Amino acid sequence: MTFSPRTPIQSSQGSPFARIYGMSGYSPSRIVTNEEVCTWIESSDEWIRTRSGITERHWATGEETVEYMAAEAAKKAIERSGVPVEEIGAIIVATVGWFTQTPSLACVIAGDLGSKAAAYDISAACAGYSYAIAQGDALVRSGAAKYVLAIGVERLSDLTNKEDRSTAFIFGDGAGAAVIGPSDEPGIGPVVWGSDADQGHLIQQVPHWPQAVEDGKQPVLVMDGNPVFKWAAFTVCHYAAKALELAGLKPEELDVFVPHQANDRITQAMVRTLKLPESVLVSHNIAHTGNSSAASIPMAIEALYQDGKVHSGETCLIIGFGAGLVYSGQVIVLP
Amino acid sequence: MATTEQILAAMGEIVNEVAGIPVEDVKLDKSFTDDLDVDSLSMVEIIYAAEEQFGVSIPDEESKNLKTVGDAVAYIERATN
Repeated sequence: MTFSPRTPIQSSQGSPFARIYGMSGYSPSRIVTNEEVCTWIESSDEWIRTRSGITERHWATGEETVEYMAAEAAKKAIERSGVPVEEIGAIIVATVGWFTQTPSLACVIAGDLGSKAAAYDISAACAGYSYAIAQGDALVRSGAAKYVLAIGVERLSDLTNKEDRSTAFIFGDGAGAAVIGPSDEPGIGPVVWGSDADQGHLIQQVPHWPQAVEDGKQPVLVMDGNPVFKWAAFTVCHYAAKALELAGLKPEELDVFVPHQANDRITQAMVRTLKLPESVLVSHNIAHTGNSSAASIPMAIEALYQDGKVHSGETCLIIGFGAGLVYSGQVIVLP
Repeated sequence: MATTEQILAAMGEIVNEVAGIPVEDVKLDKSFTDDLDVDSLSMVEIIYAAEEQFGVSIPDEESKNLKTVGDAVAYIERATN
């Protein structure tokens, strides 16, 4: 059927490309060591380290709410970007930790920042940050927004079952943000994203909220670790390779690899499967943060900046994967 | 058609690459967990590598029964022959 508007309308015109202007990560102040975890579950520091690579994780204090951590990360990213708040046209928050159905956390953050931008939350678990970057890239290139603030924030400590030996040691809290805007050169590569709902049962919140309210108990995350490990290490890494290929990079041309910090054994398996050369800097930030879902990638990049290991202009492959199941990855040029 | 010896040799290489265990220690009567100290995540990697190498599918419920190197070799032998 021919498309013929009775009266032609105008469309928006965006920038040819987008890039990241400023990034940030926020680590909450309370450090929970493996020794402390072993007071809740029967385990050992050595077992936790060898199975996950985690030596400690950051958990939020009572004051470090999801809103607080997201706002802190946002302010830092905006300051580093040099972009005036009023120029930001959209705010996207990726989280599974905002327990208020409405208003969205993005709207609350807009209020905290004094912004009138379009604001909405997305639910893509551990892939959330990459999803948000992909949307920011698309919004800038479509002209829907000149600048986009993308935030990943989690308080998985709220969803941790401290009696579950298989997950109690894994999760952490934190936040990270990025300001995305127009560019004359590509600064964000094509996204490779998708879902695999057949395996959705492998990572779940149990029970759903109405049941939790009836039970008077907070829901928790449950995970079937081994199948998730297999999916992440061997299926998701093909999507990472695809994102690298679509960005036009060979493995030896990549500077930095920051996979979602889910388990260092997954990272190690991915590096082997992707055949990344030793010249590629790989983040193992999970050792100090645990798995902080949508916040893990920006927190890991922040740590690399703080250690002076990464620099502006370097290419960085990010890949998020998690509950859904969902995955998302792209190459970004570090600001 | 792979022989028992060929599958065992390939498993030795896989176990060595994944878990760093000397190839000569990977024998049919060895238990992955008790003798070779292979943990559950390494076992997932070993199974995956074997699936790729021999073009077979080892479902999760089957892989749980592969206690020894011999169990795995026999499973692959049945699946490939």
